[in-house]
Amino acid sequence: MTTRDTAPVEVAAPIDLLPEVRSDMSHQLRATWVVTRRELLRFKQDKARMVTMLLQPLLFIFVMGTGLGSIVDTGGGTSFRTFLFPGVLATSVLFTAAFAGISLVWDREFGFLREMMVAPISRASIIWGKCLGGAIVATGQSLVLIALLGTVGIPYSPVLIVELIVCLFFGALLLTGLGVLLSTRIKTIQAAMPVSQLLIMPMMFLSGSLFPIAGLPAWLAVLTRLNPLTYVVQPMRHFTLDSLSLTAAEQERLLPVITWFGWPVPLGVQLLTVAAITLGLVSLAAKIFKTTE
Amino acid sequence: MSNTVRELAIEVAGLTKTYKSGDSTVEAVRGIDLRVEAGQTYGFLGPNGAGKSTTIEMLCTIRNPTAGSARVAGFDVVRERDQVRRRIGLVFQQQTLDLQLTAEQNLRFHADLYGLSRTDAERRIDEVLEMVALSDRRSDMVMKFSGGMKRRLEIARGLVHAPQVLFLDEPTIGLDPQTRAAIWDYLHDLRQRTEITVFVTTHYMDEAEHCDRIAIMDNGEIAVEDTPEALKSSIGTDRIALRTDDDELAIARIRELLGVEPGVHEGQVTIAVPEGAEVVPRLFTELGVHIRSVTVTRPSLDDVFLTYTGRTIRDSEGPQKSVPPFAAGRR
Repeated sequence: MTTRDTAPVEVAAPIDLLPEVRSDMSHQLRATWVVTRRELLRFKQDKARMVTMLLQPLLFIFVMGTGLGSIVDTGGGTSFRTFLFPGVLATSVLFTAAFAGISLVWDREFGFLREMMVAPISRASIIWGKCLGGAIVATGQSLVLIALLGTVGIPYSPVLIVELIVCLFFGALLLTGLGVLLSTRIKTIQAAMPVSQLLIMPMMFLSGSLFPIAGLPAWLAVLTRLNPLTYVVQPMRHFTLDSLSLTAAEQERLLPVITWFGWPVPLGVQLLTVAAITLGLVSLAAKIFKTTE
Repeated sequence: MSNTVRELAIEVAGLTKTYKSGDSTVEAVRGIDLRVEAGQTYGFLGPNGAGKSTTIEMLCTIRNPTAGSARVAGFDVVRERDQVRRRIGLVFQQQTLDLQLTAEQNLRFHADLYGLSRTDAERRIDEVLEMVALSDRRSDMVMKFSGGMKRRLEIARGLVHAPQVLFLDEPTIGLDPQTRAAIWDYLHDLRQRTEITVFVTTHYMDEAEHCDRIAIMDNGEIAVEDTPEALKSSIGTDRIALRTDDDELAIARIRELLGVEPGVHEGQVTIAVPEGAEVVPRLFTELGVHIRSVTVTRPSLDDVFLTYTGRTIRDSEGPQKSVPPFAAGRR
């Protein structure tokens, strides 16, 4: 084959593309990071989105939490708002992350996807970059809410904060993965919004983010256990409430043990489940993307 | 231009693309051959549905051919896809900028995707912004740009990684005449300064005149391929129109001198001859009638297009005419 290495492409400013020097793996990793960084940049420059995405969880905690608090019996001195907090924290990530994932539909509609598709990078880099970017944005945003831990009577323990951030990141990656997977199938903006709503609302309600999943009717209990977001919300609630001294009655009511066919699922396994599902979703999305775009 | 044998920037042999459409198969591209020398500006014309877009997409490694082969910048578009991608710049008909980023961020994103080092990227971004006269708008959101500015930025972006071949699909569609002219100025400037090969599709026949060579595609095949001049002379004759003091005498003298039968249209004596410009001096010296004005009309590329496709380029835009250019996806 003939290359033109000897003749500079541009007389004024030759550029060595060095395609052989950079190993493919490191180039793909770099490409992933480039796509990730675009998500961060876009978010940073979109102040309106930042503010609106924060308002919703605040409404849940302080308006709904306070309003319903008077009729909800937590079984002890813990306020309903305290119970609600980790659930809402997880939910806030849900909206931002799912939206970030599904924004691939917008990228396609506005043409920018093509710019990425024709670049010398793999399709998987685009998908992973999109997911990581969305997950980082969503997690970063929830940090603002974590700053409000004290307002609902939860101590600012560094260990707790790290635990929460890890859980949030896992959850965020799961949801961007789901969003990206959907956007490989959905081709129009008009369809993207209703479909994502249809998915987000049940996931939010069935994760036990707004109510305890103890003592539910069997059909509802099964649905909560099939919802991957449950395994984000429940560990977060454990970490949060464990930092308070709950009464036995509160433990039983607010922190039920999740079981699979009678086996109590440890928190670590719950988080691993989330990671495994995420990996599956993103890989599937990358695979579909490769064959259909 | 050096006098050595030019390398081929694009080399296409038997390139074919067929689609399954229900029970029938559609042959979008039917075994075409193309050879584009490095450093040329190559015009690729044809009515909608002729297979131009499909051909470009195969050359740009977006689609795989059904049969045949294509090498771009020395690499095979299927087997050495990423090598080709690093060496080509693309400007699509459809806008592909990120409107929520600044001009500079769009370019930087591109430089990063193509693996440029930080210093190379900065230098190239400065250069290409300078070239399309957008240096002072580098920190503005692309959202605020006019259609012409976006187009210029896209051309700049296509050049950031110093490609050997630049593909432009309808680069001036939907732009006003001044912006169209400006874009061709940039392309000329680019050719002056670099060895770049430009492969361009256009609906504007006056723009096709800017090309070194032209291929006209129709029904999935290359109908004709040559320089614009050769194409125009191939289809016919020039027309000379004269205003004289004595048309009767002029007509009689022309019959004697050139052996052709002149006509009279709108008060002018008209003659059809192969090389109009060469006949004019003889008319002045040998006609013996005072000539008040003379016009020589060459056959236009519109005539060429009509001859080879049976349609004018305007007709061929046909049903898509009402679609805004950027919304007309070609997926």
